[in-house]
Parts: sequence; C-alpha cells; structure tokens
Amino acid sequence: MTDSAYTLLVVFLGMAVAFAAAPLAIAWLWSKRFAPRKPGTVKKDVYECGLESSTKNWVQFKSDYYLYGILFLVFDIETVFLLPFAVSFKSLPIGAVVAMLVFLLLLVEGLVWAWRKGVLNWK
Amino acid sequence: MDEGLRNELSKAGVFTTSLSELYNWGQKNSLWPLQFGLACCAIEMIAASMARFDIARFGAEVFRPSPRQADLMIVAGTVTKKMAPQVVRLYNQMPEPKFVIAMGACAISGGPFKQGYNVLKGIDRYIPVDVHIPGCPPRPEALLHALMTLQKKIEEQSLTGINRPRQMDPNQTGEFPIPTFGAHDLEPPSNPEVWRPIKIDRGS
Repeated sequence: MTDSAYTLLVVFLGMAVAFAAAPLAIAWLWSKRFAPRKPGTVKKDVYECGLESSTKNWVQFKSDYYLYGILFLVFDIETVFLLPFAVSFKSLPIGAVVAMLVFLLLLVEGLVWAWRKGVLNWK
Repeated sequence: MDEGLRNELSKAGVFTTSLSELYNWGQKNSLWPLQFGLACCAIEMIAASMARFDIARFGAEVFRPSPRQADLMIVAGTVTKKMAPQVVRLYNQMPEPKFVIAMGACAISGGPFKQGYNVLKGIDRYIPVDVHIPGCPPRPEALLHALMTLQKKIEEQSLTGINRPRQMDPNQTGEFPIPTFGAHDLEPPSNPEVWRPIKIDRGS
C-alpha cells in the first residue's frame, strides 16, 4: 500500500462507518439473543391516545400546497434582493438598476403566469 | 465472578463487570416514563419531574407522549372503569421492556373511591404492576422511592434462566386482554393470570 495522503482519509471513512454501524449491529444481535419479538394486534395498531381508531388511519394530504411554496419563494427572493438594492440605490450605476428591474420582471412574470393559470384558487 | 477478586481488581484500578450488570445498569438509569396522568397523583408526578424534586437525577425525566417510546408506565390516579380499557391498551402498545408503577391509593386499590360504582379497584387487576405506592396522593419523594425500588428490581434481573424478566421470556405474553364494558361491570372484572389476591381465611 502506498503511503499517500488519501490513506488516512480511507481509514477515517472506515472508522466513521464502523462507529455508526457497530451500535446498530450490537443492538440487533442483542435483540436476536436476549429480547424475543412480541408483536401483537393491539401493539401494532395505530396509537390514538389509547382509544381504538374509529376511522381509516391512512389519509392523503393535498399535494397542491407545493405550488404555494414555490410562489412564496418568489416573494422571498424578491425581499432578499430588494433590501440591499434599496439601500444602495443612489450609488448604483444605471446598468445595475436595469439589471435589477429585469430580475424583478422575471419574478413578477412567474407570478402573473401562475395567477392567470388559476393556481392561486384553492380547490 | 468472585466478589473478593473483583474487590482486589478494583483496588488496583481494574473495573470488571458482566454483560447482565452492564445491561441492567443502562436500563435502570434510563427509564422513560409514559406521560400519562389520571388524577391528582399526576400533579405530584409533575412536581417530581420539576426542579425541586428532579426525577432527572434518576434518569427518568424523559416523559414520552407516545407509548412507543416509553418503558415505564406510572399509573398516577384514579382508574375509572371507563378509563381502564384505555390504560390496558396503552400498556399493550408499549414495547418491551416495560414496567408499571401504580401510584397512589386509587391506582393500587380504588382508594377513597373504592365503593364507587365507576372506579376500578386497582389497576393490578389487568396489568402486572412492579411497584405499588400507597398514599393519597403520595408525595414526590414517595414516587422517587418507588423509582429507586424499581431500579433495584431491574438491577437484580438476570438475562437468562428461569428468573429472567417477562420481556426476555419468549413464552410470556407482552399483551394483556383489554376489558370491555359489560352490563354492570368490566368484562372480565379481572385478569386471573395477573391478579391473584391472597385468600384470607376468616374461619367460619
């Protein structure tokens, strides 16, 4: 084995994996040897504060929300860039102002597109 | 291991232990109770977890809101017959190892409400109780004492053999039948596998 600078890294990688895997392996071996599995219908049932659940437990959440998340980013990024832009507005050259306006236009364009597509109407 | 040899070794700065001791030590110092109060005893349980009495000294301050993560059930308060099925169900849903402390007169026997038509006369009718604490309500010190008693019990458990604890015996069940509401009482009124009261011979 050549004694390169990466040998140490490989050793560290091995140690890191072993450090994470060893407790899991020990726990698994321990459960095999000493702690028998005791599954049961009640134990594997859904936990609802001790009561039996009266309805179906698997419910689907609306995934439409991601659109609102994306649109929020529009405003989020706008705020992040608008604040320093406003602070140094007077000292900026005309090119920078135009670039910023183009950037704003791009973001607003996205919002208008989403609006016209009817994404903002909660169904 | 020979106790004398172990003393000698510890004097020389060598610490020796066995697997079961190590396991029991870890288990007794990290009992996670189920966050679960039924009546006024729960107030004392909360007081025990706060700074003045500080149950964290015994490693049992992590009150879990889900039975999946808990291994100690403190039945703190009056168990009504309406509530008993839920208590048993919660116990069933806890993973092994699991222990039960029945805290207060009500939880161990029905207490001052024993004559009440709606009160269960002790949770030990349905689930195996490790430590009973009398008192109405027991002070936080009493709860700490119960915890120490339980720790002592855990300390003495062996990993194999006939005296191994319930959770390590594959033949012992981890679930107990949940009582149902009958016409006048819970059905069944007690679990005969768990509740074996001593017969008192009063003569004739």
